[in-house]
This record gives sequence, structure tokens and C-alpha cells, in this order.
Amino acid sequence: MSLSWYEASARQRVAALVDAESFEEFVGPEQRAMSPHLPLFDLPRAFDDGIVVGRGRLDGRTVYLAAQEGRFMGGAFGEVHGAKLVGLLRAAVTETPEAVLILFDTGGVRLQEANAGETAIAETMRAIADLRRAGIPVVGLVGGRAGCFGGGGLIAGTCSRLAVSEGGRISVSGPEVIETNKGAEEFDSKDRALVWRTMGGKHRRLAGGADRFCDDTVEAFRAAALDLIGRAPAFDLATLEAEQARLEDRIARFGDCRDATEIWARLGVNDPAGVPALSAADFDGLVAGLEGTTHDAR
Amino acid sequence: METMTFRHTTKGPLAGTKPQAITGVVASGNLEVLLERVLPPDQCTIEIATPVVGYGDVWEAVAADFVARAQPGGLRIAINDGGARPDTVSLRLLQGARLMETGR
Amino acid sequence: MTLAEILASLFPVGHAVAVADGLITGRGPLENRDLAVVGVDGDTPLGIEGALALSAAVLATVRAGGATPVLVLVDSDSQRMSRRDELLGLNECLAHLAKALLLADAQGHPTIGLIYGHSAAGAFIATALATRVLVALPGANPSVMDLPSVARVTKLPLEKLEAMAKSTPVFAPGLDNMVQAGAVQVVLDPAKPLGPQIAALIGEPPSHDARDALGKDRGGRPVAHDIAARVVDAARA
Repeated sequence: MSLSWYEASARQRVAALVDAESFEEFVGPEQRAMSPHLPLFDLPRAFDDGIVVGRGRLDGRTVYLAAQEGRFMGGAFGEVHGAKLVGLLRAAVTETPEAVLILFDTGGVRLQEANAGETAIAETMRAIADLRRAGIPVVGLVGGRAGCFGGGGLIAGTCSRLAVSEGGRISVSGPEVIETNKGAEEFDSKDRALVWRTMGGKHRRLAGGADRFCDDTVEAFRAAALDLIGRAPAFDLATLEAEQARLEDRIARFGDCRDATEIWARLGVNDPAGVPALSAADFDGLVAGLEGTTHDAR
Repeated sequence: METMTFRHTTKGPLAGTKPQAITGVVASGNLEVLLERVLPPDQCTIEIATPVVGYGDVWEAVAADFVARAQPGGLRIAINDGGARPDTVSLRLLQGARLMETGR
Repeated sequence: MTLAEILASLFPVGHAVAVADGLITGRGPLENRDLAVVGVDGDTPLGIEGALALSAAVLATVRAGGATPVLVLVDSDSQRMSRRDELLGLNECLAHLAKALLLADAQGHPTIGLIYGHSAAGAFIATALATRVLVALPGANPSVMDLPSVARVTKLPLEKLEAMAKSTPVFAPGLDNMVQAGAVQVVLDPAKPLGPQIAALIGEPPSHDARDALGKDRGGRPVAHDIAARVVDAARA
């Protein structure tokens, strides 16, 4: 029986992702590294502040992992939560695991600890750049119920590679944030189909924003992680110039599109309206026939 | 926030050797339970932190019922509550005790 | 200070810095060397085109080689909030800008951020916070989210948040709180010429990311540094 990534907790994802019994947690829940700030807001704390970090093996190879728990405070970056991720990435620079996996499940910055969360996101991005320059792949896995929003979306954009499932939405401003600030005419956050095709895994994969599309199972994410670790792009001027060209080209080609289906049609998808219903296997087949979706410009 | 601690004596230790376990998630209507095998074999403590104030007698009854059923001797149990109903609390406590006994 | 006043103070002999659609690009002479300048002016929201225009300028500086420092001037809004920006991958464009700045710094082009107005959320992360050293001018107003919006999201009364903001720097908007969090290293003195103040920062860049240590010393992020260190220790054990 396969475990749904979307439904699983952060701990379940980590335990099932790595080789059996191989996960070793750093600063685990028994150390009670909890938020010093949430009690001021009369909010409950979590023993792990909503993130699990540690070391495990993937097909025998040592990897570091961080997994956000999207059900606790929306997986948002608080002071402790962010510091655990930053510490893991800093440790990886000197301990040189074969890769670091970030299991995103976050709404972005935890507003009750906003300045700490925001700064931790900046520290995280710098640490990822350091790791990538040292040749250690940082692979993001996105498929949790909180998605990957706000600063989480920027961290995802800093990773070497990204795997995403149908439910794994990636964006900076979330649907509710856009609707609150700009109105329902700009973005109707209750239109789930619109949310999915604007920010969801299939659109991100088709547009080149993610490198693998996964079924919503731990097995699929494990297979994706193993594949992506082996083909991480360098972090250098050539890569970033290629990314500059790739993103400029995207805006030039699709900048006048109102909806993702128009982009998919221009990419050469014959039946854009049928994309959301495609199985992962059929979707992979579709992607394989399109140019520009698989690249090293990240 | 309200915190409380209940101390119980049990007939003996909980079976198994697992040193610690955690189950559940702090979310609306849910809770997490951290269990550590760190106390004398006939002792059990249950610490609770909850944002819902004024239900100490309910917690006390749920904790006593759990201790009577599971006999979780040796365990220090800590709960971070997100506003769970008593039946959810009982379920999570029993899940946690089973994890400590069997590892699954 | 306004952008024009800042540029005049930085470059008393003149400069080639221009502003178009709220985006700042150009260069000017700083103590016998060239200083590349990028940024956002006029509380402008940062969208996909703006992010790519700035990243192109940063990458051009890296491609040109040498050790030209990059100054990032920031008076922005948050990221541009629109369906189109997200459809076209705003997260990639903002991350790309941040990566360009991180690469520049790693390749010997010291990056200095200077916030002189507003900035928030994703735009703040992609610009000012992606530099090696971030400094500010008095009156700057960085924030993650303004208090009325925080009140809406957290469902707490605005009056209560305003009272808490006075004693709890970790969540309250504003320059003082970002200084206490360690995100902003120092506030410059607007009464003195800015050129030498910026040149001094370029000359003495920190060797590693010390923002969490600053946050601990200043009290705005009391535990982050120690938690990160504990994770590192556990990994090495």
C-alpha cells in the first residue's frame, strides 16, 4: 500500500522516504526546542516547531533531510523552525552528505515571528548557494497540503532541482493573499481549478519551473529524489545566464497569456483542457514530447 | 495558555523498550503526544499545555482513564494541545502507548 | 533621504545611475573604483520583469570580471501581487535575482544592500536580504507585513498588536526591529558623506553569515543562533 505524500505528516514522509530505520533526527522533539514567541499570542507550540531535520540514507547514500509540517502553523517559518533548517544546511557544507533534501510544506513566514522567519529565509538561501557551489545538490520536494508559498517559493527557486506533485502548489503570493489585496476579479481563491493550473505541479513542470512530476506517493518522491540528485546543475555564471535567458524567453513567449491553458497550448500541448486529468505516466509522456521543459538552467 | 501536570502510580512498567515516541500534530482539533521512558517503572506523569482554558477536570479524567487502561509505568508524557476533543486525546494517548510498546 | 540625495552623497563627482519604471541600474565611482548599482525606487512592487532586469545587470557585472562591488538600493513595495506574475513564475524570477546577487558575492563582487525606504516580503528577500551586508538609512521601513494585515491574518485586535509590538521586536514591522533581528547590520549616518561609509563596509565584509549571531546579541532573535549551532553540533557528533 502506498502512502499519500499529501496526507502524510512530515515525520511519516521522512521515515518512509529514506532507507528503513536509517533516519537520525537532529535536535528532536525530546529536546523541546520550541518557539519562545507563540505563548505571547496564546498559541500552542510544537516540540519540533513544525520541522524535522536530520540525516538518513537513500539507497545507501547519506543525505540530509528537512521536512516541514504543514498542519502546524501552516508549516510557516518561525525563529526555531528556520534556524533548524539553516543549521542543517550549514552542517552539510562541512559534513558533505551526497545531497540535501528539503520537503517543503509551508505558507511562508510565520507572522507572529515575522522578522525571524524572513531573515531565516534569507539565511537559508545563502546557505543553499554555498552548498551548491560546493557541489552538493539541494533537491526540493513539493507536495504537501500547505504547498510552497511566500519565502518558501523563493527557497524552492534556489534549489538545484525540484520535484512536485499535482497538489504541490508553488508561488510567492498565495491565492488568498492576491484576492485580499487585489480583489476576486484578479484571483478567485475559491476557484480550486484555477489555483491548481496557475500554481500547481503540472503547470510548474510544463513551464520549466520544476524538474519532475510525481504521483502523490512517497515512492514516487523517493524515485524522483534519487533521479534528481544525480543531475544537479552547477551553481555558476553559465547556469545563471542560462536561467536568465530561459526566464526572459518565457515572458516573451507567454507574457500575454491570461490562463495556464493558453501557455500549454503554445507549448504544443494538443489538449490543454485535458491536462489536469492526466495520470502522472501520461503527463510524463506529454512532457517528454515538448521542448524546453527539461533543462539545466536553474 | 493553561498548563497542568498529573502524576500517577501504575502497577508496573509499560511493555517494550522504545525510549521515546511522538504522535499527532499540533493543529486545530488535534494534538501531539511526546512519550519518554525516563521515570521509575511504576510512575507516570502527563503534562499538558492547552490554549483552551478551564477544562482541567476533563483533562484529569481523560488522563486517569488512560493510565488505568494502559498502565504506562515509566513514561513521562507531554501533550501540546491544539484544542482537541477528549476522545481525540484518548485516541492519541493510546496510539502513543502502543508505539512505545511495539514500535508501530 | 531621497534617491537623488543618496546618489549625490555617494558620488559627489557624478554618476551614471538611472531610474526607469522604478528600477535602478547604473554605476558610479567610489574611491577610485567602480561601483555597480541596482535597486528599486519609489515603493515600487517587484514583479517578474523588474526582477529579471535587475538580475541581468548583476550578471553583467559578474561577467565583466574584476571585483566591482554591487550596491543594492531599496525602496520597494512587496512582490507584485498578480495572477500573471505567479502564472509566469514569480518565485523563479525573485529567486533568480537573489541567486545572481549571491553568485556575485561569491565570485568576489562584494554585495552591499542599502534600504532607504520601504520593502516587504518577497521583494525584500530577493534584493536587500540577498546581499552580504545590509545597511539602512534612518527612516527606512522594512517589514514583512504591516500590522493591520497581521491583525487580519492572526485575527488579533490591532490595538493589542500595537501594544505587543512595543515589547516584542520579533514580529513588529520597522527598521529598529530588523536591526534587532540582525537582518540590518548598521544604520548609516545621513549627516556624513555616504561614499566612505559604504566603502568601509566593502573593505570589511564578514567572512560568514553572522546575522543570527547579531540577532542574538541585540535580542531581536534570541534563540536562532543557538538552535542552528545545536543542529550543527548534532550533525557532527
